[in-house]
Amino acid sequence: MRIECPFCGERDVSEFAYLGDAGYRRPPADSQGLAERFYEAVYLRENPAGPHQELWYHAAGCLSWLRVTRNTRTHEIIAVGLATQAPGS
Amino acid sequence: MRYSIFSLLRQALAGHRGWEPAWRDAEPKPAYDVIIVGGGGHGLATAHYLAKVHGITDVAVLEKGWIGLGNAGRNTTIIRSNYLLAGNNPFYELSMRLWEGLEQDLNYNTMVSQRGVLNLYHSDSQRDSYVRRGNAMRMHGVDAELLNARDVRRMLPFLDFENARFPIQGGLLQPRGGTARHDAVVWGYARAASGRGVDIVQNCEVTGFLREGGRIVGVRTSRGDISARKVGMAVAGNTSSVARLAGVRLPIESHVLQAFVSEAVKPLIPCVVTYGAGHFYVSQSDKGGLVFGGNIDGYNSYAQRGNLPTVEDVCESGMALMPAIGRVRILRSWGGIMDMSMDGSPIIDRTPVEGLYLNGGWCYGGFKATPASGYCFAHLLARDEPHEVARAYRLDRFAAGRLLDEKGQGPQPNLH
Repeated sequence: MRIECPFCGERDVSEFAYLGDAGYRRPPADSQGLAERFYEAVYLRENPAGPHQELWYHAAGCLSWLRVTRNTRTHEIIAVGLATQAPGS
Repeated sequence: MRYSIFSLLRQALAGHRGWEPAWRDAEPKPAYDVIIVGGGGHGLATAHYLAKVHGITDVAVLEKGWIGLGNAGRNTTIIRSNYLLAGNNPFYELSMRLWEGLEQDLNYNTMVSQRGVLNLYHSDSQRDSYVRRGNAMRMHGVDAELLNARDVRRMLPFLDFENARFPIQGGLLQPRGGTARHDAVVWGYARAASGRGVDIVQNCEVTGFLREGGRIVGVRTSRGDISARKVGMAVAGNTSSVARLAGVRLPIESHVLQAFVSEAVKPLIPCVVTYGAGHFYVSQSDKGGLVFGGNIDGYNSYAQRGNLPTVEDVCESGMALMPAIGRVRILRSWGGIMDMSMDGSPIIDRTPVEGLYLNGGWCYGGFKATPASGYCFAHLLARDEPHEVARAYRLDRFAAGRLLDEKGQGPQPNLH
């Protein structure tokens, strides 16, 4: 598996550290049902078999956080962007 | 047919033409008391104990492919109960006791071999944590022995004891741990369950659930609809996907774990050994191959194959521990898909949907748990309450903060 880093180009997966599903956000402190929303954000995962948006860190490279769309059935990398970009852009 | 020395002799004299199929490949009926989704070790064990312990025989085990072709055929066959936490230890010890009587119970040679499981330590602080775990095991009535370097040298003289960075100081040994033959476990449970009237239905993939007012009343399958009073899932690896069909989200990620077997060599490793300064475990099969593995690859995957950096890491750990294997060639490697739960411990519980029961989240400890998992899941399905030793494996423990985190890694599945 190789990930095409926007700065460093195509690099081996061993240079990257994996955080996990990119879709989860810390709920705002004033939201309703805070405990339930924290439970969902910290513990529940969609865990799809297919395209999956996930966060990778280029630890042995440029140290940037990447948002990678990857097929979990085939390990095919579909898209790579910076984590600060909005999903899909 | 009961297997014994007499049946073997009778068949030998008759030219082995009288053997019957070990279990019945059933056609699905329209309705059952209990449907178990997943024909791996856990699902078949559940069916066996439902029939044997609880007298519930109107049971179907639905398997999307062939039984035992998923993780039951992709593990490293290690059995042990060397756990620290009070929520885990009695469960795995029940499993160990069931392993010890399994061949008599199933009338099937599952090749349970109590050759010992040895966890090596390489520093004073690691020894202290092993002392703690060993004491916790002994307080639960589990066997544990702390060995020093001299003891380990007697058992495994070829290890790299004087390694400059991670010298071997000793190990924690569970003498009753060991290995069992994974395929035989699957077939033994299938045969015993089938013999008590359980239907084992292959090539029958569950594609949805039948509902009646929110309650699950059966399953939609590739071989038609089948109704049931209760449906149990034992599909570790694919638990999220099957639960999604019922609208349930779970604290589980699927990850790939690779394992390896070398060419056969003469008897070398008398027990199961784990390296304490990396993640590497190895035992020797009865055919002579070294069966070993290490960490999961660390990213979500359903691919049943991994990547080379993990292969390299596992082999480096093996070389650091026992340089003697450097010229042994790897014969095969494979990957299995693990339900990595958010605290590294399994879930055996009812789901929020009535009529649907969950057995999953086994991380990479599913094989050793097979008997107790089936025993406790059968208890839950039959009585609607958790078995005494599986009380900590509730689904609500994540929301309630009662996590069972043996390694203390926090909610990061790829670190457990």
